[in-house]
Amino acid sequence: MTAVRARGGKLVRYALLILVALVFVVPLYWLFSASLKDLREIYTFPPVWVPTNPKFSNYPEAWNAAPFGRFYLNTIITTFFGVLLEVVNAVLTAYALVFLRFPGKNIIFIGMLAALMIPIHVTILPNYLTVASLGWVNTYQGIILPGAAVAFGAFLLRQHFLTLPGEILEAARLDGATHLQILWYVILPISKPMIVTVTLISLVTKWNDFLWPLIVTNSTEMRTLPIGLSYLFSQEGPSRWGIIMAATIFVILPVLLLFLQWQKHIISGLTSGATKG
Amino acid sequence: MPRVRVGRDKRAEDGGAKKHRVQREHLLFLAFIAPNFLLLGVFTYWPMIYQGYLSLTRWNMLAPRKTFVGLDNYASMFGGVEFWGVLFKTFYFMGTVVLGSVALGLAIAILLNQRLRGRNFVRSVVFAPVILSGAAVGLVWAYIFDPNYGLMRTFLEPIGISSPDWLGSTEYAMPAIIIVYLWKSLGFSVVIYLAGLQNISKDLYEAARIDGASKWVLFRHITLPQLSPVTFFVVLTTIINSFQAFDIIAVMTGGGPAGATTTLIWYIYQEAFVAFRAGTAAAAAIVMFLLLLVIAVFQIRYSQRGVHYK
Repeated sequence: MTAVRARGGKLVRYALLILVALVFVVPLYWLFSASLKDLREIYTFPPVWVPTNPKFSNYPEAWNAAPFGRFYLNTIITTFFGVLLEVVNAVLTAYALVFLRFPGKNIIFIGMLAALMIPIHVTILPNYLTVASLGWVNTYQGIILPGAAVAFGAFLLRQHFLTLPGEILEAARLDGATHLQILWYVILPISKPMIVTVTLISLVTKWNDFLWPLIVTNSTEMRTLPIGLSYLFSQEGPSRWGIIMAATIFVILPVLLLFLQWQKHIISGLTSGATKG
Repeated sequence: MPRVRVGRDKRAEDGGAKKHRVQREHLLFLAFIAPNFLLLGVFTYWPMIYQGYLSLTRWNMLAPRKTFVGLDNYASMFGGVEFWGVLFKTFYFMGTVVLGSVALGLAIAILLNQRLRGRNFVRSVVFAPVILSGAAVGLVWAYIFDPNYGLMRTFLEPIGISSPDWLGSTEYAMPAIIIVYLWKSLGFSVVIYLAGLQNISKDLYEAARIDGASKWVLFRHITLPQLSPVTFFVVLTTIINSFQAFDIIAVMTGGGPAGATTTLIWYIYQEAFVAFRAGTAAAAAIVMFLLLLVIAVFQIRYSQRGVHYK
């Protein structure tokens, strides 16, 4: 009797597991399959689940419908330099806050925590005015710099540095190492997983960033991928789902590949904020 | 960058050298934090002050001069119906998303915490949308919600429901946005809850089971209270993130139809960059900042009270 009930419970659980998986897989499958369909198969009801005659022509069509090569270049440049600045800032700030002496250090730390409470969404208007007065509208520095300061990443790294064993540092100091040497040869190597995490979170955020690049660019040549995608949609509208879905894949594929490779690091970073807080 | 020697034996130093060394460490500290705090100053602290001033003016972003109007912008915002509608939609969106993130997030986490085959795969697919571009996700779902050729119609028609024109109707546009936002962000609360579940000591369950507690009692009296700090974190993070939900609204509805999906962030964007009413946009941003501040105060008070069951 109990065995039957236990087996029934298992079945229910597997059914639920499959249901959850479908809810998340089907939209992505729908996206990929639509990008391979021709107009006839897209504009039909009930829908075609498996394209009978899959073709890739939506991809070159989408690529030529808007300057996606340029969008890629812009996104790669702004993401690369944005991440670089953010990670360097995070490492230096966290190192200073944990390992260097300074009077009133805690006040500086609290100042940084206060910045966590002010997302860039709140300051779009004054920041736009600042960037415009510097003549940085439609420039890479205009896209990159307002997001290059870090509070969250520096906070994560600080929490991590605090857990490092003091003896290692003591030993390095007794050997006469300078702070830059300690940072480079001791702290960075043993903090690699955490730095990878901060880098990945920053990378994904910057790649997907939408509101700020939208505001600070107004020429097609300076648009990033997500903005370019929404620009293509506003041009083509729902009359060309095939090429819109192909263009969507241009935007998400690099991040998806990155995720498959590094998901453990991304998830551990996001959850460590919760379980250690 | 100054090179600082820190490895000398303290006793061997005279007072002057020690003072010198400490000064150099202070300089190094400043050099390390300078780039970050310079950027924070220019793009985070200063804009908030400037925004406070802008909110007291009337300005079309072109005229050479701003007219000082005192609290007029706030008065006309809170005196009219439109802004209250925006606030209502913001909280409707936020409330539903928070409830969904907690209830569904916890339910899926409990499911994935069982020893089931394929749960790692499911965890990955549930989490994947979190890292995808909101604009891309919004477009996929705009296609799914297409009233004629979308997937929603495929699923609703067999059970006798005719698919509404989701994004084109004032009634269904917001529910559609909420569904998409939840689909995209749910994986976050799932992995947070999973980590929380795995932190609960097995001994607690063992002890209660020996006392003959039912599954519901275990859930109600062990799992839920043990997870309360996690739930608190999920609620706060979801609230803060939901304020910033912009890209999905931008590609799916553009705040419409007839303002049905105009939340606070969309309103700020619209006032500043479409209507060119800098004063109103700044005042609305200050309102958003104050709401975030209230949340921050909650967070600090709660964590100081130490409601951790450890």
